[in-house]
Amino acid sequence: MIQTFKMAFRDLNRNRRRTFFSALAVGVGLALLMLMASVINGEMGGAIEQAINLQSGHIQVRAATYDENRNSLKWEDLVENPDQVASQIGALPPVQAATPRLFASGFLATGNDSAGVRIYGIDPASAANNPYRNGMLSGQFLTPDDSAGLLIGQPAAVRLHLKVGDDVSLSINTANGSVDEQTFTIRGIFSTGTYGFDNGTVLMPLAKAQAITQTQNHASTIFVLLKNTADTGSVMTALNLSGNLKALTFTDMNPLVVEWEAMAKSYIALFYIIILAISASVIINTLIMSVYERTREIGILSAIGMRSGRIMSLFLAESSLLAVGGVVLGWILGTAGIALFNINGFYVGNMGINGILISNTIYAKPVMADMTNLSIATFIVTLLAGLYPAIMASRMEPIAALRAEK
Amino acid sequence: MEVVKIENVTRIYKIGAIETQALRGVNLTIANGEFTALVGPSGSGKTTLLQMIGCLDQPSSGRVFVDGKDVTSLNRNQRADMRKGHIGFIFQFFALIPTLTAYENIEMPLLLNGHGANQRRERVMELLKAVDLVDRANNRPDQMSGGQQQRVAIARALATNPTLILADEPTANLDTANGEGVMEIMAQLNKETGVTFVFATHDPRVIKYARRVVTLRDGLIVSE
Repeated sequence: MIQTFKMAFRDLNRNRRRTFFSALAVGVGLALLMLMASVINGEMGGAIEQAINLQSGHIQVRAATYDENRNSLKWEDLVENPDQVASQIGALPPVQAATPRLFASGFLATGNDSAGVRIYGIDPASAANNPYRNGMLSGQFLTPDDSAGLLIGQPAAVRLHLKVGDDVSLSINTANGSVDEQTFTIRGIFSTGTYGFDNGTVLMPLAKAQAITQTQNHASTIFVLLKNTADTGSVMTALNLSGNLKALTFTDMNPLVVEWEAMAKSYIALFYIIILAISASVIINTLIMSVYERTREIGILSAIGMRSGRIMSLFLAESSLLAVGGVVLGWILGTAGIALFNINGFYVGNMGINGILISNTIYAKPVMADMTNLSIATFIVTLLAGLYPAIMASRMEPIAALRAEK
Repeated sequence: MEVVKIENVTRIYKIGAIETQALRGVNLTIANGEFTALVGPSGSGKTTLLQMIGCLDQPSSGRVFVDGKDVTSLNRNQRADMRKGHIGFIFQFFALIPTLTAYENIEMPLLLNGHGANQRRERVMELLKAVDLVDRANNRPDQMSGGQQQRVAIARALATNPTLILADEPTANLDTANGEGVMEIMAQLNKETGVTFVFATHDPRVIKYARRVVTLRDGLIVSE
């Protein structure tokens, strides 16, 4: 066995440049696979994380009749005594924060510009609102008793030419189906780094939102953030909700993200196959060339009594050494690429996918299991690629091989 | 005792519709310890006959016995085992593995035969001494002259103590001095070890070393 690998190593060493470029082809293929897996993981993980932090939470508790698409403000469609429900949920150990939120549709107008917006009535004191608080670009975050201030996302502020301190007119739907209009002052401008959210969302204190929409002591939802996403199922089981309330998980509320993730996984599997096939064809080509160049040597080995199986194992040893070299190069190139995109990310801006919150910058997030599985897959594919040339070499008739031109 | 027995062997090569009869019914017996030359012009069938004896090729008809065993009915791996255990080869073009040193080339048949490391080392050193190449043990073929390479090939052929060594034009690619040297070593080893040598040649300087000369022409033995 050692002798076989020694011979295989020397055979590969005989044409170092070709060997290096063959291993490099395998390495580049693996590096691309690792980078792609990390980027997709970062993108999908980021999309789910953004959706949870900014929009859906891990769990939402709503009135059984609440229709998210209509932003209903009728009292029977809302959660009554939301603070009480939120504090009950917040007492569960896995829960990081549970806070009421009120959603409404409205129309924001300045002297010259106007835009439709989604209004979030939030409890400014809740830790669940940290993503907004941490994203403040200018001005101050809301206070619970602020009855005339609101926060606006940066893209909307730019579009409407608004800055901190400007007054705007907000028309908002109310519980009785009418529209109320009031003047608000821009207290601050925020950016969560997610264009889809920042472009159309206005934040105001929950109390003010309840007052202007005439929903008194009601909320659209109890927004629940958990310490650990894996606890979602157990918290759902532990929730003891009254009959007119329902609970939804983040997967229920973000079906597009879930579908998109499944679709992305299918596409990436296709890319994996293409890249592995290209790597395999390089190895097949290299080893076939090697078989043709060494036809006479194969004849000599056969003449001195080397069995077909051992000749085959010699070529398989070469492909396994190429595979090891390729995997090592792949890790060097792959980890370098992943580190680059993990630190700097790459800016994608507004991807324009409605219903999915994708960060403006995507970061590569490597998963060790993915990297290990891809390395094993690359090794196996490279080894299998050596099978055909190995069989070809082992089936050569010694007499024909010995006649070959040197 | 006979090492090789050939009974009415023919070999027909087919290339497309053209058939070439390389051997036309050869009968030959070679006894243990012989130093026999197969001679004849190019195309006479001497290399083909050597290949039949060496289990490298199979006859179209007839039977070949090596060490009393009928080798005509053996499969590919059985023929490889026969070569490994009973037959050593020396080729015109030296036929060393270019990536292996002289030492490793000689060691290869011993490895294939499953000899232990110490046994291999002793045997290789003994053979390197026999062909006077101890100082070239770590040289690869491209670092040796043609004569030195052929001496390594002789050592390799002898490594497993075969009963039969087949040499195809062993001096054809060597100058006179090296050719003579190689033939002297072969003759000496034949005397010392009693191993049977059969070599194909048309070089008169080589034929003079043979104790038995078998002449072929057009696929038939015409004289002895």
